[in-house]
Amino acid sequence: MKYNSMDEANKAVIDKITGSAPFLVDVVPAKEKVKELNEGKVLLHAGPPIKWEDMTGPMQGSCIGASIYEGWAATPEEAEKQLASGEVKFIPCHHVNAVGPMGGITSANMPVFVVENRTDGNEAYCIMNEGIGKVLRFGANSQEVIDRLKWMQNVLGPTISKALKLTEDGLNLNVMIAKAITMGDEFHQRNIAASLIFLKEISPYIVQVDMDDKDRKDVIQFLADTDQFFLNIAMATAKAVMDAARQIEAGTVVTAMCRNGKDFGIRISGMGDEWFTAPVNTPQGLFFTGYSQEDANPDIGDSAITETFGVGGMAMIAAPGVTRFVGAGGFDDALATSNEMAEICVSQNSNFTIPTWDFQGACLGIDARKVVETGIEPVINTGIAHKKAGMGQVGAGTVRAPKECFEKALEAYAIKLGLI
Amino acid sequence: MLHTIIKKNSYQDSINLMLLTNSVSTMEGLNKVQIMMATPANKDIFNTAGLHTPELEAAESNDMAIVVDTDDASLIDSVLEKVDQYLKDQSISNKKQSFETVRTWDKAVEALPGANVAMISVPGQYAADEADKALDRGLHVFLFSDNVSIEDELRLKQKAHDKGLLVMGPDCGTGILDGVPFAFANVVNKGRIGIVGASGTGIQEVSTIIDRLGEGVSHAIGTGGRDLKDPIGAITMMDGIRALENHSQTEIITIISKPPAEHVRNEVMELLQSLTKPVVAVFLGEKPEQYVGNVYQAYTLAETAYIAVDLAKGNEVKPDYNAGDFKVENTELKEGQHTLKGLYSGGTLASEAAILISDALGLGTHIKNEEGYVLKHEGHEVVDLGDDKYTQGKPHPMIDPETRSKFIEEAGADASTAVILLDFVLGYGSHDDMASALLPSIQKAVATAKEDGRTLHVVATVCGTKNDPQSYDGHVKSLKEAGIIVKETNNEAVRTALNIVGLHVEDNQKKHVEGEKSGKEFDLSVSDEIASLVSDRPRVINVGLKGFTDALADTGTQFVQYDWRPIAGGNARMAKILSLLK
Repeated sequence: MKYNSMDEANKAVIDKITGSAPFLVDVVPAKEKVKELNEGKVLLHAGPPIKWEDMTGPMQGSCIGASIYEGWAATPEEAEKQLASGEVKFIPCHHVNAVGPMGGITSANMPVFVVENRTDGNEAYCIMNEGIGKVLRFGANSQEVIDRLKWMQNVLGPTISKALKLTEDGLNLNVMIAKAITMGDEFHQRNIAASLIFLKEISPYIVQVDMDDKDRKDVIQFLADTDQFFLNIAMATAKAVMDAARQIEAGTVVTAMCRNGKDFGIRISGMGDEWFTAPVNTPQGLFFTGYSQEDANPDIGDSAITETFGVGGMAMIAAPGVTRFVGAGGFDDALATSNEMAEICVSQNSNFTIPTWDFQGACLGIDARKVVETGIEPVINTGIAHKKAGMGQVGAGTVRAPKECFEKALEAYAIKLGLI
Repeated sequence: MLHTIIKKNSYQDSINLMLLTNSVSTMEGLNKVQIMMATPANKDIFNTAGLHTPELEAAESNDMAIVVDTDDASLIDSVLEKVDQYLKDQSISNKKQSFETVRTWDKAVEALPGANVAMISVPGQYAADEADKALDRGLHVFLFSDNVSIEDELRLKQKAHDKGLLVMGPDCGTGILDGVPFAFANVVNKGRIGIVGASGTGIQEVSTIIDRLGEGVSHAIGTGGRDLKDPIGAITMMDGIRALENHSQTEIITIISKPPAEHVRNEVMELLQSLTKPVVAVFLGEKPEQYVGNVYQAYTLAETAYIAVDLAKGNEVKPDYNAGDFKVENTELKEGQHTLKGLYSGGTLASEAAILISDALGLGTHIKNEEGYVLKHEGHEVVDLGDDKYTQGKPHPMIDPETRSKFIEEAGADASTAVILLDFVLGYGSHDDMASALLPSIQKAVATAKEDGRTLHVVATVCGTKNDPQSYDGHVKSLKEAGIIVKETNNEAVRTALNIVGLHVEDNQKKHVEGEKSGKEFDLSVSDEIASLVSDRPRVINVGLKGFTDALADTGTQFVQYDWRPIAGGNARMAKILSLLK
């Protein structure tokens, strides 16, 4: 399809996003949806493509954990040897319709959410949230971590899958997000309202699943305890919606942002699947005791797909509870952040109105042109991993997407269009 | 030694507790401290930090756990106190800005949908582009920026004229729209005299004298200094005149300019003579011999203000307002001490001084401009310290006293100097207290002369009103107390200085003659946009210098601040690509 102007093309992308209909329909082992995971030892990772030797500590730690989890190796040392020798193939999550938090390491048997975008029929996948503390996505890989992953594979995933099958046609995610944003979530740093809404929606079905009572109690307890459970659903939602928008293949709307600990990568609607990368920044934020900025790993994870979708840091004003991650500021800083982000967006999403923003819609459609024009880099709310493998999360804060990615994307697009 | 304090059922957000931990950590004598809710995951984190205790283990998810590692147990009470205080006083002090700040034109227009004027003060190379964008959005432009090419100026003004908009500037230093000061302008009473001026300090001098004489200004529309030159042809001046002709509250129209191009002058004059309202005009450097029809031409800025005020009050216009008694007592001069040094921050005030002095010297009424000198003749000097020559990489002398201080001291050391002439321009944009800033060097110059056996005279004028952000009366008082002769107007100041060295200006006694209508029919109508500019309060998008919003805020004007940056951070290649990706 031809568009008369960039604005017209961008409008078409925006219409795709606002018109999308994402539903949570299933939880399945990753290998069922990602055929590449069945072809030998394969791991999915966050961000644009990266080699083992370029991965930072947390991602390597996750790879080691996943190798043990999959039974490829018995010890971390053995796993590391395999990984370093090139025996394991790496694929970015984004290349197989998936997204992964932090390290984003996803292996064949890990259960993934399946989000179907009913308007375009496309699907997106994301592993389930493991909770906080010592977790694989931050690079922890102890027995405790592996045990939890096994439990998620054997109990949590199948239970939610069965429960979802009892629903009429899955869970309507637009509705859940719209509700939770008015309850103070921005879907990156804070997902507690959405996680509760999920629990409220799913529990009547979980109680109907034919299963062991202790397992049922454990599942409900886990969902009740895991404040960030919805984050991974939000990521898959954003991925499903933005992948559909990417089919417009014109315009300058950013359709993906992700980081692998080394590079930040973006895609824009006019350049299809191509990544435009620049070195990542390191998040600034608040740290747990005993840790400081020095311990922070450079920015990592596919979770910036939420900002691409217009929530997370873009919707800072929606979540007064997390506003202090923006420097030491309060509500006014959060307001200033969202106002600033609105400057680089094409539109606002009337599906997701924010009460604390006079019911303006969440930011929608980062325009790479506006990023370059103003120099305002998108802000991302993020967890902070320790740069050493196995140490896990040490804090949380914010980070900016480097503007060089956006410059490269625009330059490539201008060349593609024969303008330069 | 680890100390554990558990506050049962005391839920706090994790971010709050991280901030609290950071705050408590700054206390002396503590090895380590961590404050978190005692959830299982957080207990792991305590453990990792080496802060795990049995009391902590027993605590539950809704309990706040404070674990302190210190060798001094007596500190625990102060830790607790600090925690309690912090939790009590969680509101974050904020300095709320009362206005909105944006970073793009789109958001600026969105933030102030009724905006009708863009005040632009971006670097010259970008100014024309931004003015273009403002015009495309249907906004009148107040273009403070200088260094805009004459080609761009013509293009912008033609575009504006075709769209029924006004471009004030480029290099428009001063404006007053419905009482709202724009850029460098004074707080002048509102009234029935309208001004269109191709000169910033000219507008300031005329408008402040009008104010001090008890009358007021409806609007003062700046046009930029080149408006009456070729090839611009007074596009803004003529539209501004039409605007005031159509503005019912304006009873008298005043125009101010340096010498215009001959044919432009004639056309402007013809337009003025076709108006229904009385007009006072000053073309600095022209020494008029008569008043023609409704047009009263003045010789000086002060005379311009006096005629306008008399017309407003319905008084008869006098043949001459410039002459007077300018004698000063005790002004002995040493042999060879005979020159005037005019050290001006206001360009038009400098020009006026140059005209009067050259007239008194029998040189005619010429202004030249060589290296910032508007007059340099046999030791007499008048310098415009706001000239580009002196402001490269430096603030304007209305803001920064440094360059003028240097000139004052040099003039004091010059054995020929009899009088130093100075202007003190008050109003928005100007220095908070230029009198105090310059007095040390003035006193130094006077002292230097005294050591040399000379009496150095300093004559000054203060251009301002009693409502200006700086104190007009305070300025006059502190200058007088320092022995400086302070005059009401620049005209009086220059003539006083001339008197000291035994010179004076002969004035024409102007007769009133009937106007000769040119027979040319002028369309005096204005666009709706211009009509509404003069009939409504301005609503402003301030593109650039944040300082200009002070006057807007103080006058309760609606505005939005556009924190402008060069497109793509000044990266020319990216700017080009952006212009292609439309």
